[in-house]
Amino acid sequence: MGRLRKLLIPGVDKKLLVRDAVKTMPELTRRRFITAGTSLGALTLLTGCDVVDSSSAEELLKKVSKFNDAVQAWMFNPDALAPTFPESAITRPFPFNAYYDLDDAPVIAGADWKLEVRGLVENKKPWTLDELYKLPQVKQVTRHICVEGWSAIGSWTGTPLRDFLKIIGADTRAKYVWFQCADKDGYNSPLDMRTALHPQTQMTFKFADEILPRAYGFPMKIRVPTKLGFKNPKYVLSMEVTNDYKGGYWEDQGYNSFSGS
Amino acid sequence: MTSLAVSDHQAETATPAKVIQPVWVRIVHWTNAFAMILMIMSGWQIYNASPLFGFTFSRSITLGGWLGGALLWHFAAMWLLMVNGLVYLALGFATGRFRKKLLPITPGGVIADTKAALTFKLSHDDLSKYNSVQKLLYAGIITVGVVIVLSGLSMWKPVQLHWLVSLFGGYDIARYVHFTCMALIVAFLVIHVALALLVPKSLRAMIIGR
Repeated sequence: MGRLRKLLIPGVDKKLLVRDAVKTMPELTRRRFITAGTSLGALTLLTGCDVVDSSSAEELLKKVSKFNDAVQAWMFNPDALAPTFPESAITRPFPFNAYYDLDDAPVIAGADWKLEVRGLVENKKPWTLDELYKLPQVKQVTRHICVEGWSAIGSWTGTPLRDFLKIIGADTRAKYVWFQCADKDGYNSPLDMRTALHPQTQMTFKFADEILPRAYGFPMKIRVPTKLGFKNPKYVLSMEVTNDYKGGYWEDQGYNSFSGS
Repeated sequence: MTSLAVSDHQAETATPAKVIQPVWVRIVHWTNAFAMILMIMSGWQIYNASPLFGFTFSRSITLGGWLGGALLWHFAAMWLLMVNGLVYLALGFATGRFRKKLLPITPGGVIADTKAALTFKLSHDDLSKYNSVQKLLYAGIITVGVVIVLSGLSMWKPVQLHWLVSLFGGYDIARYVHFTCMALIVAFLVIHVALALLVPKSLRAMIIGR
């Protein structure tokens, strides 16, 4: 299985990535030791990763990341469409990618699943898969760009999220749509409202014209071609329209929250 | 090292000390050096998340600890690099420094000066004048600096700046362009630092101006 995954994601050494991620776990002793000496001078003497453990440098970096959120929101053009591609350009096989193995991907029974709708919406009735399948669908062939740097072109079919938000009477003046998912350890992610209303942001039910397979997020994924891959939730359980920033699985670990492309 | 220091002293007394590197050049130079090192080291860590070639960079020479940390560094240092770079370009053109220092670059001059350099006959008497090899290298590295920023921007915002991505021939090609520019800058850095150490008065000029 491990070998298969490696083949699925050309050029990505998953083991190395996981090992790197594990090593970053905060180490309080190391952190305190370095905090004292953080300054421009200390930075110029930096020896690799140690500087990032300094909490004052970390605070500064977080502030810049927030500033970058604002810059990206300013740059975001709600009418600019992500480039689309011919079907022949689709990457096959399309990579499975997550912070867990494919074996650990959620197994969801479509018949029992219901999409919960919460927050600033008029109609909070949960939606069955059959009901969702009846909504008008569109197909897009766009590039999925991973925060790691690789990219792959895929074909996604589903209902534009903005159409669904209209149907449920969502307050689209709210700041975020916050998704909760079935991934282990509880994946969640906030999506800014302007991106949620982008014409290509989609509640996806099919990949390459087939019912969305488990590997890509059955029963429903949110496809956001104007965001990095980690801001495309899979195995969605609920969406909440909210003005509160509720954080996200990767966002809380330091990935830039806007992460627009 | 001692003999070099002595010759420095002689050069200083022989000619009245004149400013070789104006203060604005020194400020943008060291700011750029600092920003560039942060960008390169965090960039190596980002590269490691999805290597383009069959190698990764040792964690001992990368910055950020993991992909998320490296991205924070990269997208913070980029502002310093870009703003500083724009100040440099603006002042370089406005003060006429680029025109005076970097032009003209002729093939004949480059060949002659390369020969002279390789046979250790190149003169360093007047540090305010660049020889042809220096002119070519500095003009070249400024161009590389512009291309690495543009390719980086195109990877950062491939949808909003899709015209820029097209200019590079697509997202995947932009990644290789970005990497190649990094490699050229690192190669330049090695030569640049080695030569500054061989001719210490040039290093001194970049610190105290003369």
